[in-house]
Amino acid sequence: MTLAFGRFCSSRLLLTALLGVALLFGMGATDPGSRFNDLGHRLMCTCGCSQVLLECNHVGCSSSTAMRAELNEAIASGANDQAVLQMFVAKYGATVLSAPSTKGFSGVAWIMPFAVLLIAILGTVLLIRRWQVKPAHATTTTTTTAAESGPDELRDRIRRETDYTGGL
Amino acid sequence: MPAFGSFALLLALVLAAYNLLAGALALCLLATGRPTRLSPEKLAETARRAGIAGFVAITAAAFALVWCALRDDFTVAYILHHSNRALPTAYKFAALWSGQEGSLVLWAWLLGTYGFVLRLRHRIDVNLHAYAGTILAGIQVFFLLLVNFVAPPFALTVGDIPVDGFGLNPLLQYPEMVIHPPMLYLGYVGFTIPFCFALAALMMRYPGEKWIQITRRWTMVTWIFLTVGIFLGMHWAYAVLGWGGYWGWDPVENASLMPWITGTAFLHSVMMQERRGMMKNWNVWLIFSTFLLSILGTLLTRSGIVSSVHAFAQSSIGDWFVGFLILTLVVCIFSFVRNYDHLQSEHKLESLVSRESAFLFNSLILLALCFTVLWGTLFPVLSEYVQGSKVTVGAPFYNRVAVPIGLFLLLLVGVGPLLPWRSSSLRAIRKNFLWPNAAALSVLIVVFLFIAQPWTKFADGERQYPWSDQATFYAWIGFALAAFVLTAILNEFLRGANVIRKHTGRNLLASTWLLVRRNTRRYGGYTVHVGLVLTIVGLCGSAFNQNVEKEMAVGDSINIGPYKLVSQSYTQESNDNYETEFSVIDVYRDGKKVTEMAPEKRVYIASQQPQTMVANHSTPLWDLYLVYEGKNVDTGQPIIKAFLNPLVSWIWIGLIMMVFGSLIALTPSLSSIAAAPRTAAQPEPEVAAGGKS
Repeated sequence: MTLAFGRFCSSRLLLTALLGVALLFGMGATDPGSRFNDLGHRLMCTCGCSQVLLECNHVGCSSSTAMRAELNEAIASGANDQAVLQMFVAKYGATVLSAPSTKGFSGVAWIMPFAVLLIAILGTVLLIRRWQVKPAHATTTTTTTAAESGPDELRDRIRRETDYTGGL
Repeated sequence: MPAFGSFALLLALVLAAYNLLAGALALCLLATGRPTRLSPEKLAETARRAGIAGFVAITAAAFALVWCALRDDFTVAYILHHSNRALPTAYKFAALWSGQEGSLVLWAWLLGTYGFVLRLRHRIDVNLHAYAGTILAGIQVFFLLLVNFVAPPFALTVGDIPVDGFGLNPLLQYPEMVIHPPMLYLGYVGFTIPFCFALAALMMRYPGEKWIQITRRWTMVTWIFLTVGIFLGMHWAYAVLGWGGYWGWDPVENASLMPWITGTAFLHSVMMQERRGMMKNWNVWLIFSTFLLSILGTLLTRSGIVSSVHAFAQSSIGDWFVGFLILTLVVCIFSFVRNYDHLQSEHKLESLVSRESAFLFNSLILLALCFTVLWGTLFPVLSEYVQGSKVTVGAPFYNRVAVPIGLFLLLLVGVGPLLPWRSSSLRAIRKNFLWPNAAALSVLIVVFLFIAQPWTKFADGERQYPWSDQATFYAWIGFALAAFVLTAILNEFLRGANVIRKHTGRNLLASTWLLVRRNTRRYGGYTVHVGLVLTIVGLCGSAFNQNVEKEMAVGDSINIGPYKLVSQSYTQESNDNYETEFSVIDVYRDGKKVTEMAPEKRVYIASQQPQTMVANHSTPLWDLYLVYEGKNVDTGQPIIKAFLNPLVSWIWIGLIMMVFGSLIALTPSLSSIAAAPRTAAQPEPEVAAGGKS
């Protein structure tokens, strides 16, 4: 009962913490300087240098100088972040965004890595749990080879010598 | 010389083809046991010797190409396009890998060199080496076909021969570029050897895990080369590209990272197979993936499938690599399916909280990281195919997706050593985790109370919370996890050293030294982890980068961090190879002159391409990094961009630690006799070879 309650509390705590972090990340920058810096890092320079707009270091680069001015103007006009980005996409195409959008097929870019990670972790946990149910069967059906027993003996000796249960 | 080089390449191809065919025939005859007039053992021996002779032939070809570069032989089109008379000798040598054809010769030569060593060491296990050597010959045939018929390096210049060459790409005219590509290639090509052994062991249903012990050193050495190659590339990008960073998540950078990640996963999970006969399927696919990703990386950098600032050598050669990739994958899948029953685990995991589980999760997270990098690299191509329009997948994507996965991995680096094999009790876990948890918590408290101070308001009334900025938040978490891992590792060293100190009466330092010598692999591994943590600390520093850009006439100054930069002069010079403009800037801190820096911008005469040469003043706390961006066309004054990049030097220190740790792990441990506790009367034990632990 206590264990179940503990597990319930820890999962609630974990969820709350995750939700908190997600909310905190959802808060956007408000002052123009921060917005310029934030949006300038979400746009690419279109001169072909493959650099983020605010990191393009070509003196006299016609693209980045003009784009920075456009960005300043857009922020000053009071448009929100999404509208500013859409304005750049409309003018320069989708490749002007330094990362895919979260809508439509581009959203798959964001979902897939975490989905793969989640599935892999859940799959492994389930697999280990399944193996745990039948440890006796697992050990009786396996045969210890000479190659395998060597390291086991060595590990036992290291454990004895160092008084420690760990080790490679 | 071009004719000699071409002949040497053709000879190398013939010898590799003989090695492949004769080797395969001999192994078939041996496997079937059918009596023939031809002795399969003798046939296999001729195949091996052909492989050795092939190394001599490809070495002669590589020598011929370097000779042509050093002698400014512009009758060879490759030399005409990648060198010029005024190019310094070291860079003429580097011309070998500056273009498509030359880099393929380098690849074939390195493959030949690794093959030469493999074939010389065949007595360790004749059969296994015969299989591995034959598979290797197949790979050699592919690369030699390319350099003979698809991208011949000795093709002659058509028409009139110009007096001077077109010069080397300015980006490559930097000292690191003389060693960075060969290191990277040594890593890429080196993974071919463990791949050949793994495939050979699978094909011949090799009993036991001896093949892993044979290939362990190959894998580790290769891993060191690839690690050094990647870091040298980072340092080159930092010093040459002039944008203040070292890693831009460019497809070519990603191409080098992917096999490194899977190679790292293989190095870890292979220990499970050695110790407990587990994860055999997994390990085989890890090394297959590492090799396939090396080839995929080469494909990405040469085919133009993805756009990159680093892709120096693009052509239609990508089709050949696609074919080779598919063929290799088919062979791997066929061998795996056919011999699946040979890869059954001898043990199963007994607990979710054990060293085995930590290894498994470590592998999983590494693979997830690798998938993320691969996914991000290929997504623009996929998007174009599905939506009809390309999208950019740049640093912000990786920072949001790969960095959290990387931090989780860092956590596992610390957790792994704290868990015992098989299973553990809650009490033991609590005991092992006490100090690492305390260290991590201390860092977070210090950050909250003394650095972030969320109760402090700025002049504009805004509050800066530790989590307001994503990069800053990840950096703090990274520092806390670094403290966790370092404490866990330190704990491991101290615990072992204290036991030895009690047994032998030596001081703590001598006991630690003995501890490391007794189990070089384990403590070398921990040292590598310390290096990794230091590197991550350095990477986290990038969250706090500052920069200022200003037009600087003589006497003008810039303030950045604790430094004041004063322009002393600006001028221009020239030599046979390039023209340069640079500023001389005095750096002051607390009113005292600290150093003088001279950032410059060169324009190479032969290619007429500009190149930044950054000036960097590095300290353990931060780098003061100056870029000469050029002159304002209206005023004629130079524009200087100053960066203050915290903790960057720890990235390079981390690399040194990683290499040092790897070398320790490669050193044989003291023998089992030496490992036994000594009494005062017993003599000092001899160091023995064969440090398997």
